Amino acid sequence: MSTSTGAAASATSYEARFRVWRGDADGGGLHDFRVEVNDGEVVLDIIHRIQATQAPDLAVRWNCKAGKCGSCSAEVNGRPRLMCMTRMTDFARDETLTVTPLRAFPVLRDLVTDVSFNYEKAREVPGFVPPPGVAAGEYRMDQVDVDRSQEFRKCIECYLCQNTCHVVRDHEENKTAFAGPRFLMRVAELDMHPLDAAAQAGLDRRRTAQEEHGLGYCNITKCCTDVCPEGIKITDNALIPLKERAADRKYDPLVWLGSKIRRRGAASGPGA
Amino acid sequence: MTQPERSQWDVVVVGAGGAGLRAAIAARESGARTAVICKSLFGKAHTVMAEGGIAASMGNVNAGDNWQVHFRDTMRGGKFLNQWRMAELHAKEAPERVWELETWGALFDRTPDGRISQRNFGGHQFPRLAHVGDRTGLELIRTLQQKIVSLQQEDFRETGAYESRLRVFQECTATRVLKDGDRVSGAFCYARDSGDFFVLEAPSVVLATGGIGKSFKVTSNSWEYTGDGHALALLAGAPLINMEFVQFHPTGMIWPPSVKGLLVTESVRGDGGVLRNTEGKRFMFDYVPDVFKEQYAESEEEGDRWYDDPDTNRRPPELLPRDEVARAINSEVKAGRGSPHGGVFLDVSTRMSPEVIKRRLPSMYHQFKELADVDITAEAMEVGPTCHYVMGGVAVDSDSAAALGVPGLFAAGEVAGGMHGSNRLGGNSLSDLLVFGRRAGAHAAAYAGSLTARPAVDDVQVDEAAAEALRPFSAEDGAGTPSVPAPDSPGAQAPPAQAPPTEAPPAESPYTLHQELQQTMNDLVGIIRRAEEMEEALVRLGELRARARRAGVAGHRRFNPGWHLALDLRNMLLVGECVARAALERTESRGGHTREDWPSMDAAWRRVNLHCALADPAGTLAAADPERGQIALTRRETPPVRPDLLALFEKEELVKYLAEEEFHE
Repeated sequence: MSTSTGAAASATSYEARFRVWRGDADGGGLHDFRVEVNDGEVVLDIIHRIQATQAPDLAVRWNCKAGKCGSCSAEVNGRPRLMCMTRMTDFARDETLTVTPLRAFPVLRDLVTDVSFNYEKAREVPGFVPPPGVAAGEYRMDQVDVDRSQEFRKCIECYLCQNTCHVVRDHEENKTAFAGPRFLMRVAELDMHPLDAAAQAGLDRRRTAQEEHGLGYCNITKCCTDVCPEGIKITDNALIPLKERAADRKYDPLVWLGSKIRRRGAASGPGA
Repeated sequence: MTQPERSQWDVVVVGAGGAGLRAAIAARESGARTAVICKSLFGKAHTVMAEGGIAASMGNVNAGDNWQVHFRDTMRGGKFLNQWRMAELHAKEAPERVWELETWGALFDRTPDGRISQRNFGGHQFPRLAHVGDRTGLELIRTLQQKIVSLQQEDFRETGAYESRLRVFQECTATRVLKDGDRVSGAFCYARDSGDFFVLEAPSVVLATGGIGKSFKVTSNSWEYTGDGHALALLAGAPLINMEFVQFHPTGMIWPPSVKGLLVTESVRGDGGVLRNTEGKRFMFDYVPDVFKEQYAESEEEGDRWYDDPDTNRRPPELLPRDEVARAINSEVKAGRGSPHGGVFLDVSTRMSPEVIKRRLPSMYHQFKELADVDITAEAMEVGPTCHYVMGGVAVDSDSAAALGVPGLFAAGEVAGGMHGSNRLGGNSLSDLLVFGRRAGAHAAAYAGSLTARPAVDDVQVDEAAAEALRPFSAEDGAGTPSVPAPDSPGAQAPPAQAPPTEAPPAESPYTLHQELQQTMNDLVGIIRRAEEMEEALVRLGELRARARRAGVAGHRRFNPGWHLALDLRNMLLVGECVARAALERTESRGGHTREDWPSMDAAWRRVNLHCALADPAGTLAAADPERGQIALTRRETPPVRPDLLALFEKEELVKYLAEEEFHE
């Protein structure tokens, strides 16, 4: 990506060159467009202008246009991004922008991909297990203890990390065994939830992360963290600690036992 | 053509935002086989954009709070037009609905003693909004989504299939509610990706489609907000109420143009942000209306003291209900005291440290930094009103959320009317979704279970719905007669003809029509209204409606946004006419309805609801003829507020709202 020569330029509009991938599962190719760009616009604005003026059936998935819903993921000049948060001033005015669908998922049409892989993986992660004996309204948790999981709950499920992770990006065969960064982070989120009672219910989240969700495939190259539009430290704060916890569980029964006892103590506090 | 695939359910929920998902959970937990249909991907609904919080009188931060105080604030915010039984149920049940989310894994921000933290918001007497930074809507939607997944996991363990009792049809749109006589029999739908039609047969349909903001040019709403549920209800014969009340949130972004309308959360003011005009004056002190004089600070000093000592000081007027603040900003700009881009300044940088701002308002910090090159920890934001919420919606029974007059039809959330009266308080939307979503789902399930025979889906209605949905592929000719392809013609199923017949006027672009509709509503039925402008709006809407029948579509049916928009236009035009007609009829100013030509609130109007219904339910004549409206209005008197609820207010306050004779009843 080039530096921002456009930002300093005048506020007047200009004509940009866009190459947008159009097609479907049977194939397709890049189509050239010349299109007006105005002050403050983002890539999604330009895609919408192409739609409104030149290609009314151009398929694009979007929703909030505010970086909150994670719908408009695509690749801009090869980099996975949210189109609504990618400003045109990030590019030189004479640069041709190439917009293509997410590569790791099958194309439905144009910029829209079939992201059902992610919904299947979401279903394989058992949800929050409420602590037995703690009534609704009686949950007590300290802010410092929910901070970690709250960071992961900032996730807007744009699936840019899923799309970028090299474990599956070019290795379709790994998809069965690997949940991807987003859903390993979900396991970490639940494992770090101060009141999750999975262990009491006989569910070992750390073991399943390793054995069922493919945590071992991750070799912490941090590609997921790089593309996260929410700035979540997926690798450092979720995946590596989860690996450490899984390792503790595997190799050090005393550490594991100690952590369980402390956790139980914290969880029984709520009624107070 | 091949017949649309049919499947059988007990309850169909249209919409997968907070209300829809909560309804689906309640229906499924009541034992009903439940289908959810939503336009976006599962988990992307407009609810994710809610920022500030969920209002519930848990009393975690100020123990003085309780449901009665919340009820009172809600009625004041709505200027006493609220369907009071809804406001009562809402205030009573909201805390349970919030606590329940924790048992499903939600992680709210905490108080020092480990409870759910609550923040101040406009119109709420006490800190009341449960929140997660300024991304509360995301937490809500994700929690409900994950609860649904865990119910599906339960079903998988028991039946071997995740979707045996609860299925989400994502990226699908319902275009018609089907009926067997008076009763609901299902919904006609299309899948956005394939373009295929399908029918969900069900005795109960819950509308949870959200609002109408995409009919306005400057809006905080996402593309989904095209009034689908409002239109589905009208077309099914259920009336809408309070459609003249549209909330313009006082603080939307105004610069750069591409983000104009994007929401700036009220939490900014709740946490201490102040509004200033270009002269640096905190102008809100000049705009405290008579009805609120007792409750708001008279000086900046008092307002500032309130943040630390709310018991002996009154709140600053920046925290007046949204309608008041939006009108005040509008007046300042009109008087020439606006900011460079035509708004006013909202400032937190002089009120809080950068660290606190980034912790409490992370999304706002990010949003301004990324989209406007503004660092809100160092400089003021420029803000102005943006269309945010519609108070009006389907007329429902308060307890059951059942739509009036159409057995089997239910509505919850923004698409339902009544709860918020003439103006909604911030934070009362997310709680509304949960309280009435649950009620709608449970009652829809109970109704479905009570029937001895399932209503039958009528093939003729299915064929008509299919023809209507295909119309944009064969734009109408100039004579005004529809040239809908026969359902079994090849063009109807395969990728259809690209161009209209040569003798016809050129097909209209749905994108152009949409932009003109948005401009019309924005300019003529916007925040400040006048009779002549609304009459003009009705003329333009009629013309747009006639042109919309020639809305043409290029390409084929697979994931074709032009086609989807062409179909949504029907809904936006219906809803736009409801707003304009009701706003023209109500000759007073109240809440989200401000008449320049009728500037006062009129107690005689307090008890009047305007019901919108189809003028010509059987035919298409009204739709085709630009001269004739599609909507007929009737005035209905609302039942008197129950005495024990009225007794929660001082007499001196009530006289400001109620007509003389209401005291003698």
